[in-house]
Amino acid sequence: MIIATFAFYLFAVVAVISAVLVIFARNPVHSVLWLILAFFNAAGLFVLLGAEFLAMLLVVVYVGAVAVLFLFVVMMLDLNTLNFREGFQTYMPIGLAIGGVLLAELVMVGGGWALTPEVQALRAVPVEDASGLTNTEALGHIIYTNYVYFFQASGVILLVAMIGAIMLTHRDSPNTKRQKVARQFARQPSDTLEVKKVESGRGI
Amino acid sequence: MAVGLGHYLTVAAILFTLGIFGIFLNRKNVIIILMSVELMLLAVNINLVAFSAFLGDLAGQVFTMFVLTVAAAEAAIGLAIVVVFYRNRGSIEVEDINQMKG
Repeated sequence: MIIATFAFYLFAVVAVISAVLVIFARNPVHSVLWLILAFFNAAGLFVLLGAEFLAMLLVVVYVGAVAVLFLFVVMMLDLNTLNFREGFQTYMPIGLAIGGVLLAELVMVGGGWALTPEVQALRAVPVEDASGLTNTEALGHIIYTNYVYFFQASGVILLVAMIGAIMLTHRDSPNTKRQKVARQFARQPSDTLEVKKVESGRGI
Repeated sequence: MAVGLGHYLTVAAILFTLGIFGIFLNRKNVIIILMSVELMLLAVNINLVAFSAFLGDLAGQVFTMFVLTVAAAEAAIGLAIVVVFYRNRGSIEVEDINQMKG
C-alpha cells in the first residue's frame, strides 16, 4: 500500500513537472520530449488505477504515433526558436488569473469528491470482482458487444482523419507525367495533322 | 494516507489548467498549442479512468479509448493544417494567422 502511494506521488509529480516544461521549454523539440514523459507518467497512473489496457494503449498511440508525428512536424518545419517567448510577459497575468481561478474551482469540485452508495446502482457496465477477468479481457467483452457501434464510428473517424491529412498535405509534383485518357480520346486528326501537296523540286 | 479519487482528480485538474495556461501563453507557436490541447485531453482521460476505477464501472475506460481516438485524429489533422499553413506563409506564429479576418 505504501509503495502504491509512493508510486502515485512519483507519477503525479513527474507528470505535472513535465507538463510545465512542455509549455516553458525554449526548443519545440524539447517540448515534444517532455510531452512524451508526461504521457508515460499518465500511463503509470493508469496502471495504478488498474486500467492496464489503456495504459498500454496510451504508450502505443500517444508515444508511438502522436508524439512521433509532432516530432516529425517540428523537425520538418524550419522554426525560429528565438522569438517564441516574446508574448510571455504580455499574456502571463491574464493566463495566471484564469488558470488560477480554474484550478481553484476544479480542485474544490474534484478534491473532496465522494461517491455515494446509491451510485453503485447506476453503473452501466459493473466490474464483477469475482469473475477473474483481466482488464483487457473485460474491455474486450464489452467493446465488441455493447459499444460496437461506437467502436466502428471511432474507426471511421480515424479513416476520415487519415484521408483528410493526406488530402491537405499532398501536392502534385509538376514533373509528374500522367496519362489523360479523355484528352487522348478527344484528339482528332485535324487538330494535329495537315496534309500538304508538295511539288517536286520545290520546298514548302 | 491512501490515495483516493480526489488525488487523481486533483492531478487531472492541474494538468488541465496547465493545458489552458499553455494556450494562453504561446502566441508564437501553434505546435505548442496543439500539445497543450493534447495535455488537456490527457487530463480528461485521467478523470474518466479514475472515476471508472473507483466506481467499478468499465464504461469510463471505453470512453477513454474513444477520447484517445479523437485525440489522435485531431493531432493528425491539426498538424496537417500547420504544415499547409507553413508552406503558404513560411511561419506558424499565431499572430500571422489572420488571413480570414474581414
